Amino acid sequence: MTRYSVFAIAREALRHHEGWERAWRSPAPKARYDVVVVGAGGHGLATAYYLGRNFGITNVAVIEKGWLGGGNTGRNTTIIRSNYLQDPSAAIYEKSRSLYETMSQDLNYNVMFSPRGVMMLAQTEHEVRGYKRTAHANALQGVETQFIGPERVKELCPIIHIEGPRYPVLGALWQPRGGTARHDAVAWGYARACSAMGMDIIQQCEVTAIHRNGEGGAVSGISTTKGEIACGKLAIVVAGHTGQVCGLAGFRMPIEALPLQALVSEPIKPCMDVVVMANTVHGYMSQSDKGEMVIGGGTDGYNAFTQRGSFHHIEETGRALVETFPMISRLKMLRQWGGIVDMTGDRSPILSKTPVPNVFVNCGWGTGGFKAIPGSGWAMAELVAKGEPGPLTAAFGMDRFREGRFIDESVAAGVAH
Amino acid sequence: MLTLTCPCCGTTAEETEFAPGGEAHLKRVGPGSDDAAFEEYMFLRENPKGVHFERWRHAYGCGKWFHAARCTVTMDVFGTYSAQVTEPPQEIRDRISARRPGWSWREFA
Repeated sequence: MTRYSVFAIAREALRHHEGWERAWRSPAPKARYDVVVVGAGGHGLATAYYLGRNFGITNVAVIEKGWLGGGNTGRNTTIIRSNYLQDPSAAIYEKSRSLYETMSQDLNYNVMFSPRGVMMLAQTEHEVRGYKRTAHANALQGVETQFIGPERVKELCPIIHIEGPRYPVLGALWQPRGGTARHDAVAWGYARACSAMGMDIIQQCEVTAIHRNGEGGAVSGISTTKGEIACGKLAIVVAGHTGQVCGLAGFRMPIEALPLQALVSEPIKPCMDVVVMANTVHGYMSQSDKGEMVIGGGTDGYNAFTQRGSFHHIEETGRALVETFPMISRLKMLRQWGGIVDMTGDRSPILSKTPVPNVFVNCGWGTGGFKAIPGSGWAMAELVAKGEPGPLTAAFGMDRFREGRFIDESVAAGVAH
Repeated sequence: MLTLTCPCCGTTAEETEFAPGGEAHLKRVGPGSDDAAFEEYMFLRENPKGVHFERWRHAYGCGKWFHAARCTVTMDVFGTYSAQVTEPPQEIRDRISARRPGWSWREFA
């Protein structure tokens, strides 16, 4: 793999940029791998990357039904933050956020991490109390956040209408080190780094069966549309399709798949340099480097795999954001799309062993998976390599639903994740 | 946009008039059930990619609950039926079989 650097750019500039090689190889699958990761989205690729980097396991394949990063990794609003209330969430999301800070250097790939600050508006008295509580919890967890008043909100983001008639801005939970990153680049960067370690990334390859001929019914291999692949361990990291893939292995998951939409406006001149989330009215917005306003809202209310979503949810999000940012009222929206998010009963993820020996599952990131990619991969790699949950994953086992130990962020952190 | 017909009042309207109520035909478990049964009831869902049965409420209309059979991939609605049943009526199942031969959902087919 050629290292990307200023010298590489200079060298290629002198030879008409003909020397760039493909960022990752696309080999045919081998007969056997130590670990097969199903799903080449951010979480799957990060799992593979940290298996190699932290545990030296490089006989790994990442297989993907569609194309790399074509699911939720390429369909989100790229917000990165870690201001969660519950300790297990704060730990894994803060690990993730800190890994984003050095990701471009670690991967030798520019992921355009922009720690521009994330602001979660408090627009009711309940939210004020809730976010003050979160700020105190974050102080104990070592996550840098603070509760700021409306004047500071206006100073940080002048386009916010803080004296709205329905929900005036009463303050905000401010995480100055949160921000955004280029979502595709995160997937591409991990893929390139995995490929450089000798891992195989196999796209257009769907799992059609999971075989359990190992000791005690352990996984022994999978059938795919590109043939049989034997494996020592299997990591299922497929977000919205978790239920379907786990069904092949013979167990059920506490997951429901819902469409979540995002949209971008026509590009305009720079007008906001922070990420703003308004959870009471339910919308969030940031401005991309191209100048588009990147907008997200809530999920649909019913199960679907359409990657499109209901129109009235966009309408609600638009209404909420026009109320919060009156200057966007005449913006034209250029593109809209949906991803299929995997929601658990407590709105927290699952990183877990499963009823099938040597099969591990990483799912349930729901509406907030992008921010968690590196931390999730880091923690999942430890789970897969050691076969037992480490400190970051211990609380996220799937047995918590049976045992009643929820990590209840849906109640703690409000709706948006 | 999803269009449903309320079997109680006969109104056909788009989804903003209705409120989704999650998976249908769940078997409630009572006091004294074991943890696994309660987990099943509370958290485990079919979540199929295809034919699905779910509960809806005609929230901005007659207010009644009812059932709908829908495809989660194409958003086809195969039909709606009364909430006062514990399994999909034969007529709905036949209608699904005509369009999705070989379908199954939990113990129903």
